[in-house]
Amino acid sequence: MMYFQRKQLNSIFILSCLWFVAACDGNNKHSLSENSIIYCSEGSPESFNPQTVSSGTTIDATSNQLYNRLISYKGERNSIAPSLAKSWHVTRDGKMITFYLRKNVSFHKTSFFTPTRFFNADDVLFSFNRILSVNHPYHHVSGGKYPFFQSVNFSTVVDSIEKINDYTVRFKFKYADSSILANLASDFAVILSKEYADKLAEKNQQQKIDTAPIGTGPFKLKEYRAGAYIRFATHENYWQKNISIEQLIFDITPSNTGRLTKLLAGECDVIAFPIAHQKIKSKPALELEEVTSFNVAYLGFNTEKPPFNNIKVRQAIALSVNKNEIINTVYRGKADIAHSLLPTTSWAYNKGILPQPFDIEKAKVLLADAGFPEGFTMNLWALPVQRAYNPDAVTMAKLIQANLKKIGIKVVIENSLDMGTFLDLLSRGEHQSVLLGWSADHPDPDNFFTPLLSCSAALSGNNRTFWCNEEFDNLTHQALQTTNILQRKRIYTKALAIIATETPLIPIAHSKRFQARHSNVSGKLLSPFGGIDFSEVSKN
Amino acid sequence: MFLLSLLSFSLSFLFPGEQLINISGQINATTQQLALLAEQYQSHDNIFQQYLAYIDKLFHGDLGLSMASQQPISTEIISFLPATIELSLVALLLAMTVGIPIGFIAAIYHRKMADNVILSVSMIGYSIPVFWLGLLAILIFSIQLGWLPSAGQISLLYEIEHVTGIQFFDILISSSPYKWQAFQNASSHIFLPACVIALAPATIFVRLARTAMMDVLDSQYIRAAKAKGLSFWQMIYHHAIRNAMVHVIRDVGLQFANLVTLAMVTEVIFSWPGIGRWLIESISQRDYTAIHGGLLALSSFIFVVHIITDFIYAALNPLARENKHGS
Repeated sequence: MMYFQRKQLNSIFILSCLWFVAACDGNNKHSLSENSIIYCSEGSPESFNPQTVSSGTTIDATSNQLYNRLISYKGERNSIAPSLAKSWHVTRDGKMITFYLRKNVSFHKTSFFTPTRFFNADDVLFSFNRILSVNHPYHHVSGGKYPFFQSVNFSTVVDSIEKINDYTVRFKFKYADSSILANLASDFAVILSKEYADKLAEKNQQQKIDTAPIGTGPFKLKEYRAGAYIRFATHENYWQKNISIEQLIFDITPSNTGRLTKLLAGECDVIAFPIAHQKIKSKPALELEEVTSFNVAYLGFNTEKPPFNNIKVRQAIALSVNKNEIINTVYRGKADIAHSLLPTTSWAYNKGILPQPFDIEKAKVLLADAGFPEGFTMNLWALPVQRAYNPDAVTMAKLIQANLKKIGIKVVIENSLDMGTFLDLLSRGEHQSVLLGWSADHPDPDNFFTPLLSCSAALSGNNRTFWCNEEFDNLTHQALQTTNILQRKRIYTKALAIIATETPLIPIAHSKRFQARHSNVSGKLLSPFGGIDFSEVSKN
Repeated sequence: MFLLSLLSFSLSFLFPGEQLINISGQINATTQQLALLAEQYQSHDNIFQQYLAYIDKLFHGDLGLSMASQQPISTEIISFLPATIELSLVALLLAMTVGIPIGFIAAIYHRKMADNVILSVSMIGYSIPVFWLGLLAILIFSIQLGWLPSAGQISLLYEIEHVTGIQFFDILISSSPYKWQAFQNASSHIFLPACVIALAPATIFVRLARTAMMDVLDSQYIRAAKAKGLSFWQMIYHHAIRNAMVHVIRDVGLQFANLVTLAMVTEVIFSWPGIGRWLIESISQRDYTAIHGGLLALSSFIFVVHIITDFIYAALNPLARENKHGS
């Protein structure tokens, strides 16, 4: 009897299993993975608003996915193209730009916000006034820091922004600045929704504007778990074109080997900063892409602190750093030697710039002249985190340590700080020297000068060398007054010559950015500057 | 259980730092909050009172806050433990379904070629360290062959709501239109770590099953069955297997403790979001409240499993319960 019952039970169980399998299998024709892209990224974003950040990881996760700018870059030559503004007009003196906005652009509709109107001039005013006006109700939400805009002196350049009508906006400038369009097209100058901001203000939840973002971009945020993943869904009413994927997922995998394993096992479609390039190239189903980025890794001196307030000491060190060795060891050849701050691909790069000589004897003489015939002890700060411009700052620091030993300088490497403290102490000038870098936000050459080495950046702490040279500042200023490319190039060549003699920093390398993907993922992802863009990607 | 609670209670004194903070995990507490905590844990009373207060808190499900995340330990455990249970159960099932039949085969072909091969292979399997096996499995099946995923419980493609925490259940009750794909995906994720965990226990089951079967085959009733004229396979199928199984089941509980230990290491290798990985991360972050909370939860879980297997054993084996009823 017992036996019989058990047999019955078994058959019921098996039948129900079969029913379940059959019921589920009939539901869908095609698999979910065909319409989804999983991108294994290297870290968690700090915020979902690119206005408030400077890190590449955050830009990758937000700018091109969630938002649009008024204007953007297009094509091989990175010319400025319409985006949310369908056209614009610059006055002859360069002091006024009028933007004519696109109509019928909708914001994201999500579980927490339903837009009732299309994008208009109010949104543009809101987005930029938040940065410009200290009294704006949203200015101090999320800390009131707008690193990119502060570094390009946005609030000094822009006098006011006016709404002419619902679809016309006019920017007025205090003086002509030829890099302003480039700045407005950069990944940071995104347009937020004023309607959403007003709604949040009613509920007194202002900080949500940067954590639960609403934009006009091709994807909308669905779910985010810090340190684990970001889930985006397609924006169904995206104005530009139809997005061919349904889901975009950022799988946050900080470990290099972890990302590689996930790529090989097919868990990720695209991975950031791949290692083991030979292995990836050997697999026919995988593709490796590279772009020479608009970036530079440099060794910066705190020119306010002895001994680096002495120009000869700085020059001596510049003569004794072996850049070739660094390129081969740290970058494994996947970078170009930096002869100047500007990458060779920039239009302002002067082919006449000679490589920095490597001359130990001359360095020793300079050091003796400066009053340090026996050498000295210095500290060198390096961040133990992989950056786009520098895959391994600690190894680079060790190489420099060995180089400088030859001229009698003992280097103490400081690499125990976490990123937040590191940047904080740097801006307060606690360091003697530092290994750092810069990834350009847009292709205008000014982006390598003003944010990095200007006097105003020295005041705000973004100029980590605290070097302030009037002649240099005047030159970079002059270059912005004109739109004549040849003239600008001549001015920048002079500015580069000043950097070369004054040596507030030693440019070391322009790294290449790599990305690996499965070959069934097609479409452009990387550009020489700025973040990754998934809007043109499809899977077949 | 008493000893265990005593141990975890004394840990809060043994860890460096303030005992009250160690036990509650409130690292940022103000003076008033601390005074309130001192009241709750009765830390001005004698140690016995303190212990009673601690036990009282435990019974109310209050294990304090995690020092790292400042979340209640109990919610963290509830969100991580199911994944470990799922992995361990699948591994146990795998170990049993593979190990026990092989053990029977070894016993049936006692001292023959098959027996020797099985014994030596199981010896090798038992000796392989689990972390090495895990890495090797990833290297071969994920990296070289690209057959199976190497990390996580399920591909991020599938949005499965966290209800019970046991992925397979959550998939079944979810409203996703891609249930079946999610199910397949979850199966392929669990397969590799479960195999890695199952190897060592499986070899033990081989030995247990082999011994049990040999004992049974030597017994009187088998001889009687033979005498009745049953064929060899009939005899094995109807009499020997069931009786041998009973002995094996008794040891499943013991093996489970071993298996959970293996699962903890494996979770780290396969980035499995379970309690083992959570506990090991807590140890590296010196998160004392999480360490003793996790310790208590895991030991209680193993304790419960022991009791359940004892019940199953009693249910299956009339000999184990007959004394009480007096047949």
